[in-house]
Amino acid sequence: MKRFAALLDRLVYTPARNGKLALLADYVRTVPDPDRGWGLAALTGELALDHAKPALIRALIADRTDPTLFALSYDYVGDLAETCALLWPGDAGEGPAPRLSEIVETLRRTSKAETPRRLAGWLDRLDATGRYGFLKLLTGGLRVGVSARLAKTALAETFAKPVEDIEELWPALSPPYASLFAWLEDRAPRPSPEAAPRFRPFMLAHALEDRSDLGGHAWQVEWKWDGVRVQYVCELGEKRLFSRTGDDISGAFPDLLEGVQIDAVIDGELLVRGADGEAAPFNDLQQRLNRKTVSTRMLAAYPAFLRAYDLLVEAGDDVRGLPLEERRARLERLMAAHAGERIDVSEVLTLSDPDALARLQAEARALGREGLMLKRRDSVYTAGRVKGLWFKWKRDPHTADAVLMYAQRGHGKRSSFYSDYTFGVWRGDELVPVGKAYFGFTDAELKRLDAWVRDHTVQRFGPVREVERRLVLEVAFDSVHPSARHKSGLAMRFPRIARIRWDKPAAEADHLESLAKLVEPRAPAAASGDADLFSR
Amino acid sequence: MQQPVKNKSGPFDWLAVTEAGLYCRPGGFHVDPSRPVPKALITHGHGDHARPGHAAVLTTPATGAIMRARFGAEAGAIEPVRYGEERRIGEVRVRFVPAGHILGSAQIVLEHAGRRVVVSGDYKRRRDPTCAPFEPVPCDVFITEATFALPVFRHPPAEAEIARLLESLRLFPERAHLVGVYALGKCQRVIALLREAGYDRPIYLHGALRALTEFYVAEGVPLGALPDATRAAKDAMKGAVVLAPPAAIGERWSRRLPDPLAALASGWMRVRQRAKQHGIELPLVISDHADWDELTATITELKPGEVWVTHGREEALVHWCRSQGIAARALMLAGRADEDGT
Ligand SMILES: [Zn+2]
Ligand SMILES: [Zn+2]
Repeated sequence: MKRFAALLDRLVYTPARNGKLALLADYVRTVPDPDRGWGLAALTGELALDHAKPALIRALIADRTDPTLFALSYDYVGDLAETCALLWPGDAGEGPAPRLSEIVETLRRTSKAETPRRLAGWLDRLDATGRYGFLKLLTGGLRVGVSARLAKTALAETFAKPVEDIEELWPALSPPYASLFAWLEDRAPRPSPEAAPRFRPFMLAHALEDRSDLGGHAWQVEWKWDGVRVQYVCELGEKRLFSRTGDDISGAFPDLLEGVQIDAVIDGELLVRGADGEAAPFNDLQQRLNRKTVSTRMLAAYPAFLRAYDLLVEAGDDVRGLPLEERRARLERLMAAHAGERIDVSEVLTLSDPDALARLQAEARALGREGLMLKRRDSVYTAGRVKGLWFKWKRDPHTADAVLMYAQRGHGKRSSFYSDYTFGVWRGDELVPVGKAYFGFTDAELKRLDAWVRDHTVQRFGPVREVERRLVLEVAFDSVHPSARHKSGLAMRFPRIARIRWDKPAAEADHLESLAKLVEPRAPAAASGDADLFSR
Repeated sequence: MQQPVKNKSGPFDWLAVTEAGLYCRPGGFHVDPSRPVPKALITHGHGDHARPGHAAVLTTPATGAIMRARFGAEAGAIEPVRYGEERRIGEVRVRFVPAGHILGSAQIVLEHAGRRVVVSGDYKRRRDPTCAPFEPVPCDVFITEATFALPVFRHPPAEAEIARLLESLRLFPERAHLVGVYALGKCQRVIALLREAGYDRPIYLHGALRALTEFYVAEGVPLGALPDATRAAKDAMKGAVVLAPPAAIGERWSRRLPDPLAALASGWMRVRQRAKQHGIELPLVISDHADWDELTATITELKPGEVWVTHGREEALVHWCRSQGIAARALMLAGRADEDGT
């Protein structure tokens, strides 16, 4: 528990991904089994211990402290688990610190009545950092920014194995992952991923930057849909739905899984149907994301379906090694028999003339699609992002001129730079914030902007500075949608700073009304897979 | 305007709280006054205790030197007094004894009319290689600081915090570890603790820490190689410890460092919200003030007839004293801030 608590303690304060990876690598390299496996499970949300409700913690600490001193302390610290960890009397004097595995294994056999005594016994054996980690583990409050994907990446980097191999294996494993570590450390062969319906790592696309990259090959062109990418798996009589990172999200989409009965592994877009029977805006789909379970009301209001675009396995036959053309032919045959309310097929677009591609890309916005997908017809299905086989060509962004309002310091290498900007547009003669974006220009520009922020500060709040409202930023963004969280009532999706308009007076920045006109009936999607929408 | 400190058990009309701070009438002097006075006794060199502009100052030789370095001609006429040496000022016998807070820090023992009062200034009970240890003096009235007087403040061993810093250097060998330290006391203690832990590489210093650190070395505290961070090559500071005043963290100065990892050595780092608020990646709970356990243990040990609490979170400590059957009151002194509350 000591090592796990120390890891948590550092992760809490480490914002940068590389920093987190280094900490995780050190943990899995130096902590023995089974503790490291339990630690990993706890971080990635695979270990749910909800043995200590806040009321129990409060009661435990109340038994051991003066009520006035507790009240003053809690008031100062603000967090119950932390207050309790700091106030708990004694300092780890009551025997050796418990191992994480001891805690996990014992708790599983502990009755409700016994729990308080057990918890107190462990708290007596831990120091303040240990007690904090322990209480956060028990109350499920480990918010340290470690996704399953990050944990898998750390394992891959630490033990020099392909991350795809780990992802493929993951759904078949359960904590504390002894067989996984044995393979990672080359002490045993790779565990079989066959045990359960399993996830196959996705083949990913590069952004199309130059159309000459397409030269000389035959391409399959499809819309880039407005949902999130998922994998439907039906094997050995069992069905699952996996997110892009290989998380099992079956529990949240029973409607889809009940309505599809195909013995296959299918790559496709998860969408919900609107009243018109068509795919609904992303905002509607969002109602169904990030939930472990789903209410009947949700099921009725936002029925989910799968728009299939690739076939990986058909009736136990792995077809990933076949060229796309052949997989597509098989998929179409399957769909002819099975397409319905819960599954259909993503159409292949035909190009009548050489300009058709650009025309389609230009139409994407009007149709509420994210852009185009271009896949080489001869591409075999390969895990990861292979250069030159699949491309995504997103629709062009909007731009607006906004005024810089607040700047915040970045992290890590940027910790001394104001590199994170909140900007607004005019509503009458008042500026209202519409978005926030990180720096996206050259080092020289960043330095100049940082100096400007320091010289034009009106007020400071911790790492944030409010600046004089006079600098115009040209902001590029994918779309605008209504937002209750913003005072302006609007929020930009994927905003980035395109240019600094040193030349432009703030009074000439855009007005909210012109931004409001860009709100589309179909709000566009997060690039499927770009965000870890199912992170728990 | 002088208000005698009211006291049920005995006449304490010879000590009063005035606008300038604690005033001893039969001696005609103030202790750690917050504004210029004719005669001042100073516990230690931190800015919330030692101020410029007094006519005459009585303090330890080290504190006197620190005041002269900081205030120049404004320091006043300083008369040094050694630890344990007894002086008579007016009708009051006065003695300075070590407080264990920083180099030169003292508790001031005042005796008059058969009563003994100890003004602790700031103090700690832990070992500190850079200053003399706290000396307990039994007394009728103990005037204690209360910077960390909440039971949530229990500082871990400083050695364990230094071990965490060394562990981080091992994990992030490419990053300069920029440790925020208060210029007087904390800076030199952190260096000394690193040296005790066997860390013998150069420790880089921000210019603002130079003068006081050299003063410590001249006073006989060995601190090893301390090159100037401002002049060092960027690459040389990869995986090195760089010390700077807390205000320099996240400021333009830090850009000369390779991918700096912000650390801060302070008792406040015990509470997560405080560390996060300052954007600290590695909070080090190292304090030069007594924590809750040291405060309560000291009061238990001294068994004073009465405790006067100042300088921080008076409420909790007054409550605790009363729950132990010790008379206690909060003493509201002007001008005590968090400046050295580290
Ligand atoms: Zn002090
Ligand atoms: Zn002080």
